[in-house]
Amino acid sequence: MEALTDSKVKFLEEKANDIRISIIESLVTAKSGHTAGPLGMADIFTALFFHVLKHDPKKPDWQDRDRVILSNGHICPVYYATLAHSGYFPIDELQTLRKFGSRLQGHPHREYLPLLETSSGPLGSGLSQAVGMVIADRIDNGKTSNKQFYALLSDGEHDEGNTWEAYLLAGKEKLQNLTVIIDRNNIQIDGFTEDILPLDPFEDKLKAFNFHVQSIDGHDMRQIVAAIGEAQAVFDKPSVIIANTIPGKGVSFMERKFEWHGKPPTAEEGEKALEELRTKKK
Amino acid sequence: MKLNPKIFDADAEQVPIRKGFGEGLLIAGQTNDSVVGLCADLTESTQMHLFKNKFPERFIEVGVAEQNMATVASGMAAMGKVPVISSYSMFSPGRNWEQIRTTIAYNDRKVVIAGNHTGLSVGPDGGTHQAIEDIALMRVMPNMIVLSPCDSIEAKKATIAALSSKIKSPVYIRLAREKTPVITVDDTPFEIGKAAVFFEPKEKATVGIIATGSLVHKAIMAAKELEEENIFVKVLNLGTIKPIDVDAVVALAKECGRIVTVEEHQIAGGMGSTVAEVLASHYSVPMEFVGVNDKFGQSGTPEELIEYYGIGKEGIKKAAEKVLSR
Repeated sequence: MEALTDSKVKFLEEKANDIRISIIESLVTAKSGHTAGPLGMADIFTALFFHVLKHDPKKPDWQDRDRVILSNGHICPVYYATLAHSGYFPIDELQTLRKFGSRLQGHPHREYLPLLETSSGPLGSGLSQAVGMVIADRIDNGKTSNKQFYALLSDGEHDEGNTWEAYLLAGKEKLQNLTVIIDRNNIQIDGFTEDILPLDPFEDKLKAFNFHVQSIDGHDMRQIVAAIGEAQAVFDKPSVIIANTIPGKGVSFMERKFEWHGKPPTAEEGEKALEELRTKKK
Repeated sequence: MKLNPKIFDADAEQVPIRKGFGEGLLIAGQTNDSVVGLCADLTESTQMHLFKNKFPERFIEVGVAEQNMATVASGMAAMGKVPVISSYSMFSPGRNWEQIRTTIAYNDRKVVIAGNHTGLSVGPDGGTHQAIEDIALMRVMPNMIVLSPCDSIEAKKATIAALSSKIKSPVYIRLAREKTPVITVDDTPFEIGKAAVFFEPKEKATVGIIATGSLVHKAIMAAKELEEENIFVKVLNLGTIKPIDVDAVVALAKECGRIVTVEEHQIAGGMGSTVAEVLASHYSVPMEFVGVNDKFGQSGTPEELIEYYGIGKEGIKKAAEKVLSR
């Protein structure tokens, strides 16, 4: 990974803002979909695809690429927008989100968009797919494989037993090339995570599963990149980064409101949101 | 059709169907380095120990976690491996059905799912462990191939065929625990998607029996006894339930005019339902279904249970007589 200069931080912050603009634009056109999660994860997606990852948008099937496995598929507007801004497909295509015949299915489906690492939507199965990928890679390339695997999970999907089955196996197998990034935004559909089914003490739980655990501000590019760097420097266990994020980040009237989990902005709300984001651009 | 000449003998050799899976997996593992095995704490019982002992570096013990087993396998398939997952059918695909649907079938990742301990013949363990819904669960899934071998030799061939590079889709193989008479021999042909006639009566058949899995032997025995009563029955072994051999099923219906289906599974949604779907749209004939009629299983010996639920030799004979009376 390259060093993170001040000018790169500025570049990343601007890119994340552009991605937020694309998220809002695509959701307004789609007239359905999730808003808060995608906005909250825009900084992490940007840091990954524009600084951290070894990848080549011209060669999506490059065998030696790092893998990003999105478990909570419902935040795909940020995934699609990041892929488009990275050059995997035209930015205009984001306007087809959730439409009939689109490659950008409401939840990701790799039959329609084969460059995706997996299809997702039903919660709780992304981490174990990442675990399977790392185990397979280790069989072929040994522990010193230079590929990194990033599993992106929501906090809410830690309600799912399958997620914890995957932690157990990853801890047992000491999968050092695995980094889990949890979108700790504290909301799920029915309310706040700590009201629905409390996860705290979250860090302690994850440590108990034999993971190296870090907690960061998920909107601070320096912290995001530094935490991933530290995760890669841990050789005897897999890593998890609890990225504290603000749902709806960047659009003040959406921030921290679980009501924005599963609905799109109306045209009017979208215009208001875009105005705020475009102001930040200037 | 080349079959075991001792088929009708009381002392015909009996081998558990699952044993053929273990042997087939070992052979496939020897010819293809990409084959990996995953098991959920049932390695010997599901016969995966043969593979594990030979290729410990390609075997992953996931613990009692069938949902994780299916999804880890999907991830391994994404990296070019050919994973085989094994457990009891009640747990895989019973418990992890959604994971199989989304991460294996929806993703079109080739994973071979070996479902052991299907049918009532699991016996004394009781109804919790008797999978009689698995054909229905798996055949509704797009991209999924469903195999149901009739004996250990066919199970071995089915496993090798499923793992061959010709097959690109995920595959479910239905296996059984109990010893089952060996019907086929090494050079009985087996091909995914092809059914085969396993019993030809002396005279023109007026009933066609389509049987699958562990009950194929009972269907053949029933046909033999019916022949002595001048009821002439032809028996088709349906080793692949999906994609079903439409030509063979329709040809049998045209030739015999009446069909009886036989399976150790719920009537609802099972192999018989599959046959009915084919015949309803191609060539309708009277049908009877031998299977479990909307009941759960219970403890007992396999023979007791097969008789109690009416899916043994006598039940098959009655169904043939009934379909003839319609």
